[in-house]
Amino acid sequence: MAEEIRILLAHADQIDPAQAEDYIKVGGYKGLEKARGMTSKDLIEEVKKSGLRGRGGAGFNAGMKWSFVPPAEVKYVVCNLDEGEPGTYKDRIICEKNAQALIEGMAICGVAINAQQGYIYCRGEYPFVVDLLRKAIQSAKDVGALGDFDIEVRMGAGAYVCGEETALIESIEGHRGEPRFKPPFPGVAGLWGVPTVVNNVETFACLPYILTNGADCFASIGAPKYPGTKVLTLTGDVNNPTYFEVPTNYILSDVVYKLGGGVKNGRKFKAVQVGGTSGAFIPEQNLNTPIDFDSMSAIGAALGSGAVLVMDETRDIVDIVTRISKFFEHESCGKCNPCREGTFRCREIMEKINSGRATEADIDNLLLLARVMKRAALCGLGQAAPVPITSTIEHFGHEYRRKLLQYA
Amino acid sequence: MANYQDIIASCKDKKGGIIEAYHALQREFNYIPREAVAEAARVFGVSEAQAYGVATFYSYLSVEKRGKYIVRMCESAPCHVAGADKVLKAMEDYLGIKVGETTADGKFTLELTECVGQCQATPVITVNSQPVFNVSSEKIPEILSAYK
Amino acid sequence: MIKLTIDGKEIEVARGTMLLDACRQAGADIPTLCYDPDLRLAGSCRMCVVDVKGRPALVASCVAPAENGMVVQTESDDVVESRKIILELLAARHKFECPTCEKDGECKLQDYMYRYGVKESRYDGEGPHFGMEDPNPFIERDYDKCIMCTRCVRACDGITGAQAINVKDRGHHAKIAAPFDGKLADSTCVFCGQCIMVCPVGALSSKVAAGQGKPAQNKKVLTTCTYCGTGCTLELNVNNDRVVGVTSNRDENWSPVNKGALCVKGRFGWDFIHSPDRLTTPMIRENGGLRPASWDEALDFAAGKIKEIKEKYGPDSLAMFSSARVTNEENYLAQKLMRAVIGTNNVDHCARL
Repeated sequence: MAEEIRILLAHADQIDPAQAEDYIKVGGYKGLEKARGMTSKDLIEEVKKSGLRGRGGAGFNAGMKWSFVPPAEVKYVVCNLDEGEPGTYKDRIICEKNAQALIEGMAICGVAINAQQGYIYCRGEYPFVVDLLRKAIQSAKDVGALGDFDIEVRMGAGAYVCGEETALIESIEGHRGEPRFKPPFPGVAGLWGVPTVVNNVETFACLPYILTNGADCFASIGAPKYPGTKVLTLTGDVNNPTYFEVPTNYILSDVVYKLGGGVKNGRKFKAVQVGGTSGAFIPEQNLNTPIDFDSMSAIGAALGSGAVLVMDETRDIVDIVTRISKFFEHESCGKCNPCREGTFRCREIMEKINSGRATEADIDNLLLLARVMKRAALCGLGQAAPVPITSTIEHFGHEYRRKLLQYA
Repeated sequence: MANYQDIIASCKDKKGGIIEAYHALQREFNYIPREAVAEAARVFGVSEAQAYGVATFYSYLSVEKRGKYIVRMCESAPCHVAGADKVLKAMEDYLGIKVGETTADGKFTLELTECVGQCQATPVITVNSQPVFNVSSEKIPEILSAYK
Repeated sequence: MIKLTIDGKEIEVARGTMLLDACRQAGADIPTLCYDPDLRLAGSCRMCVVDVKGRPALVASCVAPAENGMVVQTESDDVVESRKIILELLAARHKFECPTCEKDGECKLQDYMYRYGVKESRYDGEGPHFGMEDPNPFIERDYDKCIMCTRCVRACDGITGAQAINVKDRGHHAKIAAPFDGKLADSTCVFCGQCIMVCPVGALSSKVAAGQGKPAQNKKVLTTCTYCGTGCTLELNVNNDRVVGVTSNRDENWSPVNKGALCVKGRFGWDFIHSPDRLTTPMIRENGGLRPASWDEALDFAAGKIKEIKEKYGPDSLAMFSSARVTNEENYLAQKLMRAVIGTNNVDHCARL
């Protein structure tokens, strides 16, 4: 099996994503229509049954998340289009190819939790996507597809941490994008203190398919515990660095060798980092793993955003991880001690190792700091920031050690 | 040129929309002038300290004057492995400035950015947020000379 | 009520109790840096983390509600290791000038480093490099001692309402700043010094009291502020029978009016006490000049004049204008004197203006 299955991108480049009429011609907005005919309870049950799990990285059952929303007069549906994980651009592709599916998905969620207002938080790096979405929403309203549901697009301004749902909410509120402590979870007290469902673009975009074709149909695709498809973005040293939509039981080595056309310039494979910059580095011996959430977790990695960065045999792992540690230093919001100071010191120690000034004790210090950050940081950023470091020390420890002082 | 009061007023109906106002200001001025931060604080009902805290939190916002064209080099891992360092060096040489600086003629400001989500065509630079794909150090003079 | 087990001890707390309070009720001493019961929660210093059975990560107890059936360890190996590393991380950005620090002996960073045996930081890279605060006569801010707990920001907002400061920039480079990174004097700061009161380390201190005695050397004498009629409780810091500073007591029982909050006058305006220019005996004006007099002479003189005026022009020719700088009881006596002794209702008070 080495074929793509296109659900979200089925009509890519065949329809104008800004035009609701185009989307309707290929069967769009039927899911929303069906949702409107269901009770809120049945609708949430249907989404639960589909097994759809959050595509933003946490992998939480979407229907379950919605079921926690308590009754309230005002509620919000928020779409996370912050897509800050380096190497990831699948949400942009979903919008550019099928923006109406996202809009329909948000409206379906609106029906399920009884919310009239949605927000899309789009990263500041995509001003053209903001324009496209505003047009697409207007078009959907013009044809009457949205009913009394409205969506406003807000633009981020260059802060990776705003991909964390509570930081994203803070940012929509016009604040510094610093994560909140949880509980309360956004489902109970989110945007402006009211119940708010925050889901990723890809999660919302799956909903029209689920409603139109039935939960069982969706649940039968891909890995049983993490069903559906996943849009992957392949980067680095491969012959075919582009995006793909594959069933979730797709094997990682097929991503690299079949879809990706193998390693560029006839070189040998060294490592692949999956899930964006906070993901683990995976060595060759683990390549035969399905990409679904649980299989990736089982090898100490994460599917995350679905970014796949391939590195060939010539790549300097320590240099790449040093660069990654600089990323986290730059993107730490600075609120909590383990992350603010931890990412700063991780970068310092990585630079020390990379420039041949370090000793074995520095590696021990890194591992100790990583352990504390994972356990004690306030949000996912600080908890995940050391993963590239620990996973490469585990699998590519020799590359660190050959840079240490005594061997230099 | 629109004045900053009008720009901020055009966003005032967006609840919590101070960041939207900052974007609108930057589309006009390429940075957020000090008096505009104070005005935005007033319009959105927050303290100046908070409005300033927000303006300095986000890396795409600037409270310092910047050039007409903001050139950003992506230095995230995919661009890094594709040779971002070399491209950056070429831009610094061509423009005669370092990262964070603005050319004497006020035309270019050079900044670093994290991933801009165009990893199908690395390395990537952006000029006023428009991505330029598959850049190489050799192509830099030609690319940048197009911006007058 | 819910039941949970903390360090092997089963306790019962009301639903909605935070885990930090539950732990303290169970007798556990939980270290905190950003937590302050009078301020909105931050949950950011992560010193109060505890081990909750079944949770993959440690839990910050100050922001976590206690839950029924929780099994909590407050000093597990993981907890202690995390606290030590957090202290080392903070120590790496903190300027240790304890011998001359105003907070020496009353510094939480010092206390916790002692408690956890953190003698030095393993993070020997870039040290503190954040610089000092702007010139103003009252508040000293040393960024090189700041641990970014944001208590000052939250006090400025939540207690005083001045909102003069906030966090600027982000990550390791974030710092507390007035608007445009400018001077406090150009901001909405009212120099109440609540930021000094809540600072857990020596990053914020009083310039007026600097160098005149460390917290442990000073005797604290509770008194009522004499500046206005609000009646704030303050603590005179007394060293060798001299007032060397003013701090405030945040205990509601001792400080029921202000709960520790003071204004610029109460917190910083006490240097008049030992001023050589201060009058220490009554003065009587004679021939266009003032001469010292005894209390008896001065009182007799004033009483005589008042009597004279009353006899000549009647009681309503006299009035008493009283001050908020004396106590309620004294103000009561003042009006009583006018009504019962002089026989006039001409009484007024500065606080009425």
